[in-house]
Amino acid sequence: MGVVTPGFRGRARSGNPRLPPGQYLAEDFPVLSAGPTPRVRTETWQFDVTTEAGEKHSWSWAELMALPSEKFTVDIHCVTQWSKLDTRWRGVAIDTLIGGLDTAADYVMARSYGGYTTNLPLADLLEGQAWIAYEYGGKPLTPEHGGPARLLVPHLYLWKSAKWVRGLELKTRDEPGFWETAGYHDYGDPWREQRYQGD
Amino acid sequence: MARTAVSGRLAWREARLADFRDETPTARTLVFDLPGWPGHLAGQHVDVRLTAADGYRAQRSYSLATPADGDRVEITVQRVPDGEVSEHLTGPYAVGDSVEIRGPIGGWFVWRPAAPEPVLLVAGGSGIVPLMAMIRARRAAGVRTPFKLIYSMRTPAEQYYAAELRTPVAGLDVTYVYTRELPEGRTGIPRRVNVATLNTAAWPAEFGATSFVCGPTGFVETVADILVALGHDPHRVRTERFGPSRD
Repeated sequence: MGVVTPGFRGRARSGNPRLPPGQYLAEDFPVLSAGPTPRVRTETWQFDVTTEAGEKHSWSWAELMALPSEKFTVDIHCVTQWSKLDTRWRGVAIDTLIGGLDTAADYVMARSYGGYTTNLPLADLLEGQAWIAYEYGGKPLTPEHGGPARLLVPHLYLWKSAKWVRGLELKTRDEPGFWETAGYHDYGDPWREQRYQGD
Repeated sequence: MARTAVSGRLAWREARLADFRDETPTARTLVFDLPGWPGHLAGQHVDVRLTAADGYRAQRSYSLATPADGDRVEITVQRVPDGEVSEHLTGPYAVGDSVEIRGPIGGWFVWRPAAPEPVLLVAGGSGIVPLMAMIRARRAAGVRTPFKLIYSMRTPAEQYYAAELRTPVAGLDVTYVYTRELPEGRTGIPRRVNVATLNTAAWPAEFGATSFVCGPTGFVETVADILVALGHDPHRVRTERFGPSRD
């Protein structure tokens, strides 16, 4: 077991099977971001998908709203150790946006208004695992939580769910994004506790 | 293997409490002996892990309060009601007791003494901790980079590092903001950091300062928004937020 801290008991063992290792339940919705919150107006908002061949597909806000949306309830896990269960969202599945594209890419770089980037395997965005989310708890997503729209990939640590998302770049090679360059894990599976490079 | 080298950098290390200082009735600075510590930059944080006798573990992130100094590292822990980790670390945790620490973590919210541009530090409550590490790193490096600190707290009794900050330092301007209760003898009314505060006490935008803002989410949102509205380059405004969570 290793190092024991004398006298430390901790709170009652929840044994909650929905809580990944090292996480605790948060009742509120904490915020983690690296700089000022970008204020992105839906009038000028645009979302691009670029393939590895340079082919670009774009959606305006009105076009995104016209796509079939899904309501979904998921658990989210932040690398700073809080988890929040049963969060309710609405958004457009990534399958709807890129399912029909002709691509040989295995990786994606998500890019945000404000300059944030994060890298993910393309397979983790497909088959109903990820969305462009624009409602949280029945209300428009607020700017501090990534509004007007953010990527949501709930099975990975939340830094992969790029706030203020403005595009997905499909790539044949994996390259680290913003936090990944700073030492965070390239994949970020909370159930394997992949917080940092080498975990 | 490359993986070994990388994971070695963030391996859990055993640390023992060497000393402590109470900053306020609810906040304690912990000084650890941490053999093999690789060093860190001002602004970085660590994960601290506590293990109970039955194997139960809890870990939390804490900002480092001092610049790199061999095998010694310091954090300041604010006791949070019902916080399983913070209540232990600010209470029964005694000199000689073990915890595990890994890090350093975070390469964005950092200040390097070689950076020439002026620095603005804006702290809300216990958000002072990583900013104090920057002030101390400036002193330790013997550089003259102009610093300004704006430190917002609810009441004077909640101030961390009071004696150290009271000692004047050339090139470091300190402005205090009290949101609930003023110190005795200070006129005016308690208020929050607002446009007037930052217009008066921050660097003018054209100075090209780097700003570090740390505190609760609402505080950081407000300050960062105002700095951007005052013309500061958003890429030079670096933020670290902590939510109103339990630890």
